[in-house]
Amino acid sequence: MSRIRANTATALLARGEPMVWLSGGGLVVALLMVAGLVGFVFWQGLTTFWPGPVLQIQTRDGNVVLGEVTRQESFRPEPGMAELQEKSAARALKEELAGGAGRLERRLIRTGNYELTGEHFQWVEQFRIPMGGQTTPPWALVLERTAWGRFYGELVAYVVDDSILSTDSESAWALFRKNHDGAEDPLPEGHALRLRISTGVTHDVPLQDIVRAYAPNQLGLGGKIGVYFGRWFEFLTAEPREANSEGGVWPALFGTVIMTLGMTILVVPFGVMAALYLREYAQGGLMISMVRIAINNLAGVPSIVFGVFGLGFFSYIIGGSIDAIFFADKLPNPTFGTGGIMWASLTLALMTLPVVIVTTEEALAAVPNSMREGSYACGASKWQTIWRVVLPRSLPGIMTGAILAMARGAGEVAPLMLVGAVKLAPELPVDGVFPFVHPERSFMHLGFHIFDLGFQSQNSEAAKPMVFTTTMLLMGIILFLNGAAIYFRSHLTRKFTGSKF
Amino acid sequence: MTANEAKETQMAETKTMDRLASIAAGEIVETRIHPELAEEESILDISDFNLWYGEKQALFDVSMTLPRGKVTALIGPSGCGKSTLLRSVNRMNDLIDTVRIDGSMNLGEGNIYGPGVDVIELRRRMGMVFQKSNPFPMSIFDNVTYPLQINGERNKSVLRDVCEKALRGAALWDEVSDRLQESALGMSGGQQQRLCIARAIAAEPEVLLMDEPCSALDPIATTRVEELILSLRGEYTVLIVTHNMQQASRVSDYTAFMYLGQVLEYGPTARMFTNPLLQETEDYITGRFG
Ligand SMILES: Nc1ncnc2c1ncn2[C@@H]1O[C@H](COP(=O)(O)OP(=O)(O)OP(=O)(O)O)[C@@H](O)[C@H]1O
Ligand SMILES: [Mg+2]
Repeated sequence: MSRIRANTATALLARGEPMVWLSGGGLVVALLMVAGLVGFVFWQGLTTFWPGPVLQIQTRDGNVVLGEVTRQESFRPEPGMAELQEKSAARALKEELAGGAGRLERRLIRTGNYELTGEHFQWVEQFRIPMGGQTTPPWALVLERTAWGRFYGELVAYVVDDSILSTDSESAWALFRKNHDGAEDPLPEGHALRLRISTGVTHDVPLQDIVRAYAPNQLGLGGKIGVYFGRWFEFLTAEPREANSEGGVWPALFGTVIMTLGMTILVVPFGVMAALYLREYAQGGLMISMVRIAINNLAGVPSIVFGVFGLGFFSYIIGGSIDAIFFADKLPNPTFGTGGIMWASLTLALMTLPVVIVTTEEALAAVPNSMREGSYACGASKWQTIWRVVLPRSLPGIMTGAILAMARGAGEVAPLMLVGAVKLAPELPVDGVFPFVHPERSFMHLGFHIFDLGFQSQNSEAAKPMVFTTTMLLMGIILFLNGAAIYFRSHLTRKFTGSKF
Repeated sequence: MTANEAKETQMAETKTMDRLASIAAGEIVETRIHPELAEEESILDISDFNLWYGEKQALFDVSMTLPRGKVTALIGPSGCGKSTLLRSVNRMNDLIDTVRIDGSMNLGEGNIYGPGVDVIELRRRMGMVFQKSNPFPMSIFDNVTYPLQINGERNKSVLRDVCEKALRGAALWDEVSDRLQESALGMSGGQQQRLCIARAIAAEPEVLLMDEPCSALDPIATTRVEELILSLRGEYTVLIVTHNMQQASRVSDYTAFMYLGQVLEYGPTARMFTNPLLQETEDYITGRFG
């Protein structure tokens, strides 16, 4: 009996079924992790710009909160919390506690109006809200402003130099649409929207401070879609505002693409030349083995070390020398002698060099020797053979190396912080000012932008959704760059292997 | 067969077996060269040529002359050094680090292995077809005209003419004339081999070296290639390795029989196949060993 069972087990192993399941399982786990991460980022990133309703909440103790719900959670209250509440609230609290296994619900409301309240957000526990305490006022407006964050209030009037131009909310809104959305730059001076905020007082917001205003509670689906894409458009094309937590990421997007392309353009020729020497010219031996080991170890050096090297060598030594020779009149202000997009590209090129060398070497090794012999037999020199036969044949493999390098480089942040990525760059590295390309300029980078939003921002609650949209954008860019390279590679492969007849 | 005859055959066989065994044990035997060869004008003179792969010797004292404008076949069992000898003629063995040689090969007046020989120039004077087809990752047109292009020929019309002539010669023109710009790697195996033949004859080399050019071809393509070889006779000198005895007898003027790195017998194909000087040659050709 046991014999038979043992035989079945061997047969199973022989058929390879367990290995199929094991490897398949590994794939599934990997896929789930990737799908989970990407799905999470995309879900959060895609929903950030969707306009939610503005709630007006009157709590049992008479406070009024006006704003948008950002998130919801359940929490365990402090033991003495019920005693601190007035009677009706205490009863609601106890009921909720009893029904919810000792936990309470609360929502984080984005209330804005920072210059008046000193807060951007406010927690509102569910038990504080009496029946009918939550309304959606039709004329509640969301104002995105150039400074101080969002403003929430009910539209009361349209004011020009302290005289009221409208008699009701509707005509005030129409005037706003005409003078703000329909107007050309610059926006009219002295015009303002008068809004009643949650405390009941009114406040005037000058038109010039307003980037976008909308009344979410009145918006239909079309209107919401309009706001959604309007915000995306702003996100992709505008400069950041409010310490990067509002506005767009255009400079960072641009900086990332330029830096990555620059890096690729620098790393591929050097990597390919190095690999060519190692594979085609070098005679082997101890020296070459040591060079190979060194290259492979280079791939394991922490990226921040490359940043330190880039700062010390490229910026200070090379950049400093350039400054001393060509820009002496500007000293002590550095021109090249500090972080800049060229130094960042060079640093990342150095960091990704091992990837390109190793993949290129593999691609070269995969070129059949018979092809080289065929070329030599035709009377070709070594260089002609490499240039006309070996390189074309290994081009798809070299492209793979470039793709890997690009993916690694585009997502790198740590070394960039040392060699030129900044929180806010005043100018793009490529613009219309002579000489058009400014390799010495510092730049913004999406990866650094994410770090800055997520961990350096003062208004971190407001910045958090931007972290996801920015991450999504960075992933999108890498996907796009890789997609382009892969398309190019498959095009090449098809060209070289030809179609089957 | 009388008992006497049978006994004679048996004795002859034993004698051959003895000789083969002593060659295997390292005896160097004199090449039996038929007198007809002395009357031919020679283009390539190989004398006392030895070749080692590292410690292992693959060619032993090879001495033979290639008659100009004739087709010479190299036959012999697998691993006897036919490819090695062929590759020595255009110094392809230089590409293998461990190879060491001794002796001389003279093409016309110059020693192929002499000091200061321009190997690239030497290889341009020869065409080579390999045992395995090796088209380059480029268009059919560029493949065929590769030897001219690397020599600096840019004139499109010259290249086009050469391409057509070579492809016609290799019996490939009709199949590919309408897709010369497509990749050569998309062709069938047999087409690729004929492409390599076209490439080898494109630059009109003095000597054409062919290493089992037909091993991947169907009978029709084989016939075409054989016709090609026959048509090249007179103009070119061809050295061809083949395992196919019929092919050797059909296309070649002279045949050399190699065994374990030595050339045992070398003479006119007709003589070699009907009335060789050595019993071993007859045995190999009739398939009694090998
Ligand atoms: N690159 C090499 N390194 C070491 N030994 C080699 C090399 N190439 C060939 N040899 C050896 O040299 C001998 C002759 O090989 P060669 O390829 O010339 O044989 P061949 O007659 O062409 O055989 P076949 O008919 O099978 O092609 C063989 O014993 C082989 O093992
Ligand atoms: Mg061979």
